[in-house]
Amino acid sequence: MSTVDATGGVAAKSSPAAEGHPVATPGQRERSFRIWRGTAEKGEFVEYTTEVSEGMVVLDAVHQIQAEQAGDLAVRWNCKAGKCGSCSAEINGKPRLMCMTRLSEVPDDQPATIAPMRAFPLVRDLVTDVSWNYEVNRRIPAFQPRKPDFEDGTWRMHQFEVDRPQEMRKCIECFLCQDVCHVLRSHGKYDGFIGPAFLVRAAAYELHPLDTADRATYLKDEGGIGYCNITKCCTEVCPEDITITDNAIIPLKERVVDRYYDPIGKLVQLIKRK
Amino acid sequence: MASSSPPLEVLPSTRLGATQRIDHWWLAPFAVAVGLALCGGYATWAIFQGQNYFAEPYLSPFYSPCLSAECPAEVRLLGITWWPFSPAILIMGAILGFRGTCYYYRKAYYRAYFMDPPACAVEEHRGSRYRGETAFPWILQNLHRYFLYLSIPILAFLWYDTLLAFRFDGGFGIGVGSVVLLTNVVLLSGYLFGCHSLRHLVGGRTDCYSCSRFPEARHGAWRISSIFNRHHMFWAWTSLVFVCLTDLYVRLVAMGVLSDPRLI
Amino acid sequence: MTDLDSIEQYAYDVLVIGAGGAGLRAAVEASACGARVGLVCKSLLGKAHTVMAEGGIAASLANVDERDGWRVHFADTMRGGQYLNSWRMAELHAKEAPERVRELEAWGALFDRTRDGRILQRNFGGHRYPRLAHVGDRTGLEMIRVLQDHGVHQGIDVHMECTVLELVKDGDRVAGAVAYERERGLFRVFSAGAIILATGGIGRAFKITSNSWEYTGDGHGLGYRAGAELIDMEFVQFHPTGMVWPPSVRGLLVTEGVRGEGGVLLNKEGRRFMFDDVPALYRDQTADSPEEGWRYTQGDREARRPPELLTRDHVARCIVREVREGRGSPHGGVFLDIAWINEHLSNSEEHIRRKLPSMYHQFMRLAEIDITKVPMEIGPTTHYAMGGIRVDPDSQMSGVPGLFAAGECAAGLHGANRLGGNSLSDLLVFGKRAGEYAARFANENGGTTIDGSEVRRSIDAALEPFSRDGDGTGAYQLQFELQEKMQNLAGIVRREEELEEALASIANLSERAQSVAVPGNREYNPGWHTALDLPNLLTAAEAVVRAGQARKESRGAHFRDDYPDKDPESGKFNLVVRRGSDGEMVLEERPIVPMPEALQQIIEEQQQ
Repeated sequence: MSTVDATGGVAAKSSPAAEGHPVATPGQRERSFRIWRGTAEKGEFVEYTTEVSEGMVVLDAVHQIQAEQAGDLAVRWNCKAGKCGSCSAEINGKPRLMCMTRLSEVPDDQPATIAPMRAFPLVRDLVTDVSWNYEVNRRIPAFQPRKPDFEDGTWRMHQFEVDRPQEMRKCIECFLCQDVCHVLRSHGKYDGFIGPAFLVRAAAYELHPLDTADRATYLKDEGGIGYCNITKCCTEVCPEDITITDNAIIPLKERVVDRYYDPIGKLVQLIKRK
Repeated sequence: MASSSPPLEVLPSTRLGATQRIDHWWLAPFAVAVGLALCGGYATWAIFQGQNYFAEPYLSPFYSPCLSAECPAEVRLLGITWWPFSPAILIMGAILGFRGTCYYYRKAYYRAYFMDPPACAVEEHRGSRYRGETAFPWILQNLHRYFLYLSIPILAFLWYDTLLAFRFDGGFGIGVGSVVLLTNVVLLSGYLFGCHSLRHLVGGRTDCYSCSRFPEARHGAWRISSIFNRHHMFWAWTSLVFVCLTDLYVRLVAMGVLSDPRLI
Repeated sequence: MTDLDSIEQYAYDVLVIGAGGAGLRAAVEASACGARVGLVCKSLLGKAHTVMAEGGIAASLANVDERDGWRVHFADTMRGGQYLNSWRMAELHAKEAPERVRELEAWGALFDRTRDGRILQRNFGGHRYPRLAHVGDRTGLEMIRVLQDHGVHQGIDVHMECTVLELVKDGDRVAGAVAYERERGLFRVFSAGAIILATGGIGRAFKITSNSWEYTGDGHGLGYRAGAELIDMEFVQFHPTGMVWPPSVRGLLVTEGVRGEGGVLLNKEGRRFMFDDVPALYRDQTADSPEEGWRYTQGDREARRPPELLTRDHVARCIVREVREGRGSPHGGVFLDIAWINEHLSNSEEHIRRKLPSMYHQFMRLAEIDITKVPMEIGPTTHYAMGGIRVDPDSQMSGVPGLFAAGECAAGLHGANRLGGNSLSDLLVFGKRAGEYAARFANENGGTTIDGSEVRRSIDAALEPFSRDGDGTGAYQLQFELQEKMQNLAGIVRREEELEEALASIANLSERAQSVAVPGNREYNPGWHTALDLPNLLTAAEAVVRAGQARKESRGAHFRDDYPDKDPESGKFNLVVRRGSDGEMVLEERPIVPMPEALQQIIEEQQQ
């Protein structure tokens, strides 16, 4: 329990400095990185060595290399806090955000490989052309609310109803799930498949309590949801921990089943409506 | 200082298994492949074997409900005996269909057996045209909910069998086998309750719960199913392994290899 | 010489520069008004700094406490800004914010809910009642995503990863902009009937900042060079709670929501030092005891707010004081403790994870600290520029015809200090107004013509760094030096000599910026981009320092060690910075327009 002392301040029971906080100044040491340099036509991994200190993330090392050794090293970044989803890359082959990957979790017995995302055309170095994703987003049938519940134009929704779509709204559009999805990465279905990121977006609309638009046909035909064979790599790489496969894609697949692959269910629905 | 190294791997390499991952990514698909093969192998043998599946009062879960003329009188269901083959084959059709189209097992075997993909960010065979689940045969995965419908009564029979497993000579009792059967049916229930299709059908298809009839019931059912769904993989594996072990236990008791100690 | 025919050219009715909350809202509005809209942003769409906003949108919806209303919100905003605000903007903002929030909901935003299904509102520093509509601690992300999707479905043209170099004028009126796109380094020329600047702030002028690389004062520099006035530049908000350890994340924001949920500030002796110094203006509204403060955070309407929820400028200064006097934490901050609430809540760990998910995640991932168990180490971080382009309160047009500004790069609403949560509502309210009035201006005044020689001049200037000799680290080096100087000499606590020194450094850096060289070619070359951002950043920094020198008092976010008190005379004017006829920076005191009686009365009523 806290108590107010004579001068009006408050003393807690113990000094917080005692617990949990390392006091020593972080030590410096050298580490090596193999960073992809070049364009789609011509490029190679170049090895850089730089001083790193405790608590650094991969993006810090890349920035340091950029400032000290390679001024024109192209890398995309913004918030450096895992909230904007700009600094996506493949670190030792795993799609990750550079700003959220601490050097301490990358093995130091060999140079860490930093490569651009593979599923998208390379612009230069670590930067890829992700414009395809924005095209896809434009074509998803937009949110369409039902008529307002009240004359002042407002609705009532309960927290338990919005919990589910709110998970989908955590998406920061880092496109790591698009990058890792083998339907795009290996099979190149850019024309027939919108990828996990936009299935998440579609789910955000679909699960929205106010939404009235029907996306089953879109998802089956243009969205290509059938291409997904639910191998869950998207869920594994999501930095926002969205349960993409179980909470977005499969519920959407089930909705497509409702519409196209469940004759008995449809019959029941028809009878119920009568 | 920067030093140029020869291009160790030019982007993008498309050979099967090509990756920049340095961890043991092949371990998980390998383990799944072995695990599924072992369980599948044992189950197939047990089904066609057609003997030693009943040891009073325990019926192997592979053989319930027992609808064959071969079935011992004690476990015949309403005296129906029209099935001419091993009693297990009929039931296993439904169960195999249910597990085979299960959203979790699909992931497991697409990765382990079809290497499509073998692991995340690992290259796969690009040769044939990829159709995913949009075309035959995999489009049939959409029938998952029908297998769910078939599995629900089977699970009910298993619960019935489990109740019977606590009856010894007309009175209540508990043997090791009773506990084994109970554990088995609990695991199977956990697996079924978390089924993605069930989760959808009981409430997941609703967007606006407060606009629907029975909002609490609907959302509650969805929530409970979601709790099991979160660990669907856990339930899938434990129930699979344990159903084999349960069959093995009953079999060994029936063969007289094990005696079934009575606890109460 | 650059061949203009080879340059991509675009014509719009309204060109919006910047795609954060204000830019997107403006673009959506202008497009809804029937204008052809082009939206230019430095990053990819949806990555703007607005996504970092955690706390919420301040709007007096009165869903949680029915005593709230626009009058209270207005009075809170004016008090927070120490009455240097544009009262008209504060009035419009308080009146229109609720409608802007409801509009977001109609476009698909999913706010957290009250028990009866309405938009939930939370407590925040300086706001009398729970007022912030929020989505966990990722409100800004929700807002950006909703506006982004609404905008693209409306058919706005977006130019991603495209930076504006210079505005082009047609006589007095703004006529277009010259820009380059990052991917290939090619130039683009935009002609437009009206231009809206929505470029955000100047945080990159400081070393410890919560802002991303984009925040280089582009709008400030572009507007200033085009002849617009900058106002209130001395007021830079230092958010009291930024991370201090590990070094690589120093400055990263820790949301005020932590304190809103009951988090307390402690020095190394474990003392809750915020109780030691409560300013007179807020004494009546502040809790007497920790117990009362706790009750306030838990929604007790009779309780008063804990001192941790005083305005940001004050909290930041108290933290600096503790650190300077040797009572700081091991890494030069103080402790922010939310774990202590286990004294009141048995399920505190789960509660914290649910209420502050991204904070929990951020500390777990980046500092390996579990905030449900141990206190965080925090310290002030550069967060927000109250100062910016002076605009007409109703239309958001600057002194340059056709040039509008909205959001952080505009000024007026926040005065000497911004209240948390007032930023997101600012973006919505004035973004909308800017879009509406810009569309109207473009419609009424027709098209513009662009002078090719002006375009050619800016392009040639932009390409110059490639033709200079040097190893190319120059641009980064200059930026680091500027950040170091501004942090140390023009930060939270300022002194005449230090500001003088800062000014000299800026002059020196501006000189050296003329000869920056960059290596490589034009394709996605961050070295080049940094070099091109420098002039804007230097302009903004100079304006901050000059205005800081001229305001010889301490008020709001501006604290002078040599003039530690508020001076009533200095409260009668705003400081305006503009470009003189010879290109030099001119500073001027601009008397504040007296407030109408009705508004004055509201302020007096609310003081009770």
